[in-house]
Amino acid sequence: MVTIEFLGPIGKENMSVDINNLSQLSEILKDEADVATWLEKSAVAVNDTLVSSKDIDLKDGDKVSLLPPVCGG
Amino acid sequence: MMDISNIKVELFDGDLPVEQITNAWYDQFRLSNYGAIVTFVGVVRDEDGIDGLSFDIYEPILSSWFDAWQKKANEKNAIVLMAHSKGDVLNHTSSYIAAVCSPKRRVALEMIDEFVEDFKAQAPIWKYDIIDGQREYAEDRSTAITGAGLLN
Repeated sequence: MVTIEFLGPIGKENMSVDINNLSQLSEILKDEADVATWLEKSAVAVNDTLVSSKDIDLKDGDKVSLLPPVCGG
Repeated sequence: MMDISNIKVELFDGDLPVEQITNAWYDQFRLSNYGAIVTFVGVVRDEDGIDGLSFDIYEPILSSWFDAWQKKANEKNAIVLMAHSKGDVLNHTSSYIAAVCSPKRRVALEMIDEFVEDFKAQAPIWKYDIIDGQREYAEDRSTAITGAGLLN
């Protein structure tokens, strides 16, 4: 299983999903009403490294994080 | 060359003890032969009826963002320093301090601008206004991280 965490203001509990890649995750999250609107403005990290491509294999125990728009300072 | 491996982001619950932080940096680095120590102190302003700001931080990616900046600074014989608040910070107190130390002023003056702006756009920190005791996400002042929309 892959753990999905939703950071900052998304405010959703972690999910645990059986997926092999980010394209599968995209399809799952588009059907989650409380997350779907965040997808276009959120960056994605796999195991705490930001990624720029969906072409990444996921394995059991991986963590995917969604990072909505930021404003430090 | 300075050992930069021990320099980490300093996080505090609530508002920053500004004098303590900046005095410690000065005492630590004035002996390292840096001719310029440029410090930026961010202060929460009283505007739009807020009582203050509140912050969430994702520390693993903040640390990697900061470490990448430290390497970049070190290529110019400079170092970067940073402190930030977690949780609530009331008006007229500080939530953010950044600094650059370098042998000569020009590098530090230019780098502090770039460092603070990149921080604003990329560091994984989320800001909320505190209004009547409630947190409201500062969405209109927030910036999507480079590469956002991958799952859309």
